[in-house]
Amino acid sequence: MSSLSQSSLFQLTVVRLRLFFREPEAVFWIFAFPILLSVGLSIAFRNRPADVLPVAGTTMQITQALNADKGLNAITLDVAGGRNALATGQILLLAIQQPSSIQFLYDDTNPDARTARLIADRAIQKAAGQRDSVEIRNELNHEAGSRYIDFVIPGLLGMNLMSSAIWALGFSIVEARQKKLLKRLIASPMPRWQYLASFLFWRLLLLVIEVGAFLGFSHFAFGVPARGSFWQLALLCVLASLTFSAIGLLIASRAKTMQAVSGLMNLTMLPMWILSGVFFSASRFPEIVQPFIRALPLTAAIDALRANMLQGTPLAYLLAPLSVLLAWLLITFSLSLCIFRWR
Amino acid sequence: MPTTEEESNGAALVIHELRKSFADVVAVNGLNLEVKRGECFGLLGPNGAGKTTTIEICEGLISPDAGTVQVLGHSWHDHADELRQRIGIQLQETQFPEKLTVEEVISLFRSFFCQGLTVEQAITMVQLAEKRKSRVGGLSGGQKQRLAMACALVGEPELLFLDEPTTGLDPQARRNLWNLVSQLRAEGRTIILTTHYMDEAERLCDRVAVMDYGRIIALGAPSELIASIGGEQIVEFAIGASAPLNAAMLTGKQGVKSHRVHAGLHQLFVSELHTTVPRIFESLAAQGLDLTEFRTHSATLEDVFVSLTGRNLRDE
Repeated sequence: MSSLSQSSLFQLTVVRLRLFFREPEAVFWIFAFPILLSVGLSIAFRNRPADVLPVAGTTMQITQALNADKGLNAITLDVAGGRNALATGQILLLAIQQPSSIQFLYDDTNPDARTARLIADRAIQKAAGQRDSVEIRNELNHEAGSRYIDFVIPGLLGMNLMSSAIWALGFSIVEARQKKLLKRLIASPMPRWQYLASFLFWRLLLLVIEVGAFLGFSHFAFGVPARGSFWQLALLCVLASLTFSAIGLLIASRAKTMQAVSGLMNLTMLPMWILSGVFFSASRFPEIVQPFIRALPLTAAIDALRANMLQGTPLAYLLAPLSVLLAWLLITFSLSLCIFRWR
Repeated sequence: MPTTEEESNGAALVIHELRKSFADVVAVNGLNLEVKRGECFGLLGPNGAGKTTTIEICEGLISPDAGTVQVLGHSWHDHADELRQRIGIQLQETQFPEKLTVEEVISLFRSFFCQGLTVEQAITMVQLAEKRKSRVGGLSGGQKQRLAMACALVGEPELLFLDEPTTGLDPQARRNLWNLVSQLRAEGRTIILTTHYMDEAERLCDRVAVMDYGRIIALGAPSELIASIGGEQIVEFAIGASAPLNAAMLTGKQGVKSHRVHAGLHQLFVSELHTTVPRIFESLAAQGLDLTEFRTHSATLEDVFVSLTGRNLRDE
C-alpha cells in the first residue's frame, strides 16, 4: 500500500465514494433524475410554431374572411352549434352575423381567446377593405439563451446542487449516528475534522461528475449556452455545493433518527423549491416577500448561475448573491461545528 | 508501547471515586478499581448495573461527574490523542456500513493508527480470511463481532476494552470469540471486558468485579469469589407441602455450610458432594419430607451474585 492509501483522510473519502456508488438509488437521483427532468420539461415547453387558433363564423362570408388570416382556423356553425362548440372548448371564438354588425362571443379571461378576438377583428376589417396606415415588419427571435429550457437548466442545476448535498450529508451522518458508527469512529484515533472533511472531498469529487454530466447533456441536447467564464461557473458550483453541504451538516448535527432528519430536510428545502425561481422567475412573488426570497441560498445560487450561463456576467458583478451564499456557508458551518453531536 | 519504565510497571487502569448520573439515574456511584497490566479483568453485573457507563468513561467517551480515571498512567484530559493510539475498543453495538467489505472496514480503521497490524494480519487473527471480500451485510452475528474485534485489534493495543462481546451470539460463535480472547490474554495484553454471562467471566477473567446499582459489590478471582460464598457445590431441592423444613437440622450436618431459600427452592452450599448428599437425604427422610425436586451443580459467579443481592443476574 502506498502512503496515500494508508492516510485516514484518503480512506474516509474512499469509503464515502464506495458507499455512494454501491447505492443504485442514490446514483439515479443524483445523476439520472435531473437529466430526465430536463428532457421532460424541454418536451413540455418546447418552442412550437405559433398556434393556429380554432374559431367559427355563422355565415360562409365570415368564415372565409377569418380563414384569410394564417393565425386562425375557422369553420361555419349555426349559433346553437357554435355556443356548444365554445362551451366544450372546441373553438375559442364565435363570430355571429347580426343585421348591421358582427358580434364576437368569447371568454375574455382566456388569453388565447383574447388573441383570437384581435386576429378575428383584424381579419374581418381587412376583408371589408381596411388598410394598414403604418407598415409593420416582423423579425422572429428563436435564439438560444432566451428559451424556457435555457431559463430552467440553471434552475435545475441549482436545485440539484442543493438536494444532492443536503440529502447526502443528512442521511449519511444520521445513519452513522443511529448505527453507533460515529461513536465507534470517535473511540478510535480518527481526527474528527477528517471525518467532516471527507464529506467535503466526496461532495467536490461528485460535483465534477454531477455538474459535468448535467451541463454537458443540456448543452449538447438543447444547445443551452454557457456564456460566462467556465472557471467562474465551476467556482460558483463549488461555492453553492459547499454552502448546501454546510446546511446539510447543520440539519444532521443533532438529529438521531432518519424520520427526524427527513422532516428537517424537507422543511428546509420545500420553501426554496417553491420560492427560489427554479421553474419560474422568483420576481413573480409579491414585492413584500422579495427581500426574504433574495436571502435564500438557492435563490442566490440560481441567480448567479443564470447570470453566468445566460448573460456571461463576471463574478465581480455578482457580489450580492455571492455574499448571500458565503454568509450561509460561514454561519451554518460554524453553528454545526458548535452543536454537532458525535454520539 | 509503554513510554517509561514507571509507566510500564504501573497499573493499566486506576479508577478513583468515580461517579456519573444521567438525569435522576445514578449509573456509577463511587467506584474504585485498579486493573493490573497483563490482566484479563471482567466487569460482571446485570443490565443497568453501570458496566457500560463505567467502561465508556474509561474509554474517554463519557466524562465523569466526579472522580478520576488513569488509563496506562495518563488521564483522558491531558493525553487523549496518545491514549486513543494505545487502546483498542469494541463497543456494545456498532453496525459497520453494510455495503463495505470486511477488508475495507479494517483498512479504514487501520488508517487511523500510527502503527499496528497489517490488514492481512488482523483478518487472519480473527479468522475472517474467507470473508475478506464479503460485504458486512452478508456476515453472521459472530462474524460481525469478529470484525469489530479486528477493528479493535488493528492498532495492536496495549489495553483492550470489550463491552459485552458475546451478547446475542449463538453458543458456537461465543466459543470462537472466547478462544480469541484467551489467545489475546495469553499474548499478555491487558483486557477489560463487561459481561452479564457468568460462565464467560469465569472462563476468561483473572479477576472480576461484580457490579450492582453502580457499585462494586464483590471483587476478586472467580474461584475466590465462588469460595467466599461458603461452598463449591450447590444442592437445590423442593419439598411437598407435607411439613415445614427444619433448616437447622440440615445446616448442622457435616459438609453443609449454609441454607437459603431462593425462588421457591431450598439451596444448600456444601463441600464434598459425595459424602454430604447422603446425609441430606437422611435428614430429609428423618423429618418425613417428600422431595419433589433435587439437583446439584458447581457454584458459579451467578450464585455469588444471588447470595450477595438475592436476585438473579438476568432478572429484568
